[in-house]
Amino acid sequence: MSIKRISGPALSDLLQSLTGLLLVLFVWGHMFFESSILLGKDAMLWVTRMFEGEHIFGQPYPLLVSAVAAAIFALIALHAILALRKFPASAAQYRRFHQHMESMHHADTTLWYVQVVTGFSLFFLASAHVFLVFIQPDNIGPYASSDRIWSGRFWLLYAPLLVCVHLHAGIGIYRLVMKWAPIPAAQTQQVRRRLKIAMWGIIVFFIALGSASLVTYMKIGYDHADRVGERYHGADGRGGV
Amino acid sequence: MNQIPVQQVGRTLQIEILRHNPYDPASKPRLQTFEVEEADAMTLFIALSEIREQQDPSLQFDFVCRAGICGSCGMIINGRPGLACRTLTRNLPQRITLAPLPAFELIGDLSVNTGKWMRGMSERLETWVHSQGLEGLDLDALEPAMEPELAEQLYELERCIECGCCVAACGTAQMREDFVGAVGLNQITRFRLDPRDERSDAQFYELVGDETGVFGCMTLLGCEDTCPKDLPLATQIAFLRRRMVMAG
Ligand code: HEM
Ligand code: SF4
Ligand code: SF4
Ligand code: FES
Repeated sequence: MSIKRISGPALSDLLQSLTGLLLVLFVWGHMFFESSILLGKDAMLWVTRMFEGEHIFGQPYPLLVSAVAAAIFALIALHAILALRKFPASAAQYRRFHQHMESMHHADTTLWYVQVVTGFSLFFLASAHVFLVFIQPDNIGPYASSDRIWSGRFWLLYAPLLVCVHLHAGIGIYRLVMKWAPIPAAQTQQVRRRLKIAMWGIIVFFIALGSASLVTYMKIGYDHADRVGERYHGADGRGGV
Repeated sequence: MNQIPVQQVGRTLQIEILRHNPYDPASKPRLQTFEVEEADAMTLFIALSEIREQQDPSLQFDFVCRAGICGSCGMIINGRPGLACRTLTRNLPQRITLAPLPAFELIGDLSVNTGKWMRGMSERLETWVHSQGLEGLDLDALEPAMEPELAEQLYELERCIECGCCVAACGTAQMREDFVGAVGLNQITRFRLDPRDERSDAQFYELVGDETGVFGCMTLLGCEDTCPKDLPLATQIAFLRRRMVMAG
């Protein structure tokens, strides 16, 4: 019964869930940092510096950001490879699932399909975003990010990414609980109903939070469009990012 | 006072049935609509019997018990699987669409061979008590008593009537023909619980520890939501998943 012995399909299933869980926790945490822009440029600058280790080491190390990006990328890759096994494997399977879903009108069945579609989109959207952070870790900050989002038109990536990732994460967590948690049979329906409500609440909350931040970045970028490349120097006037 | 509500004006039900005889090379799947005067407390079983008796004797469908016990009348009712004998027409709209359960061999019209599928599943998962030395068992001796609570639990899982609704409701089973379905996974948990069955978790893992078994299930919960016997399928599958991860 030791953990070491877990192998094969059991390991794949467990790892798919674990990587999913870690990614969701990361994404949810990430939203609060990313949304620091709602509290103003200085708040975001503070967060940026924190991730570069400045508050610990006294000077910024953007490489730290690259390292986190690489780890997330590895998690996404592992998760995607494992999830790929669950994708409809042929046109016939795809057709049959579609037929089934349309006839059943069953929420959880449809939600699985949403997860496949958003997961597939994330394959590109999330990868693009994480890769960018990986290669340009020093290019994050109140102005740098806003310029990229507005003048660099990255909002076209982030808007769909925001919707996909939160649908995928919210539904994923709901599914994780139903998949693994020891819920007594007598309470299954009640727990499920509550989880569903929580799931939609969380999805709506994060999409709203993310949209507000994205619009803020776009607005800063718009106002800053004639000075692209200039960095934000915080209220303390130190090295801008 | 205490009036039994009698439906005054009955509806005329339009029952649309997917018809096909796979043994007739000339037969093509087609929808045929029958009209039936709705009676009080009419079940789909009664409606279908009326159609067969009064309108079309060639209509094929299965019934035995008419009481949700034999599991032979499963069909797709307005898109979802259910037992025809347990479905009251008054809970359905005036237009009702019926189709055979998918994933099973079609015998004709609404009749499918769930028995063949269930037997295959049962043989593959060896859903019977495995015990050593049964040959020497003294059949006259009193069996050791089971804790009432355990017997209760076993009985709960044993209530499955193998109707196939959970298989027809399962997106995974639609895509993968070799998936054992909630019915199979539930039966494994039933034998695992049975103290007379001497199989270890490692042995159960051999039976369901892969993509055709518990790790193929994607937790769509169609089974949980359609099982006409309200078996605790979600709970049992999650339980089996945890056990099998430990055994894997
Ligand atoms: C980038 C490519 C990604 C792909 C292709 C992908 C694909 C999938 C698919 C198809 C499923 C359903 C699998 C099943 O039903 O068993 C799934 C589940 C899940 N995904 Fe993703 N996903 C990706 C990224 C993410 C990200 C970024 C997160 C975090 C926000 C995440 C969190 C989850 C969770 C929690 C589950 C449920 C896990 C489970 O059912 O065991 N995924 N993913
Ligand atoms: S588990 Fe429920 S739906 Fe499935 S075969 Fe048994 S009784 Fe029918
Ligand atoms: S929970 Fe599993 S067995 Fe039940 S319908 Fe979903 S995939 Fe099928
Ligand atoms: S006829 Fe036996 S279950 Fe419906």
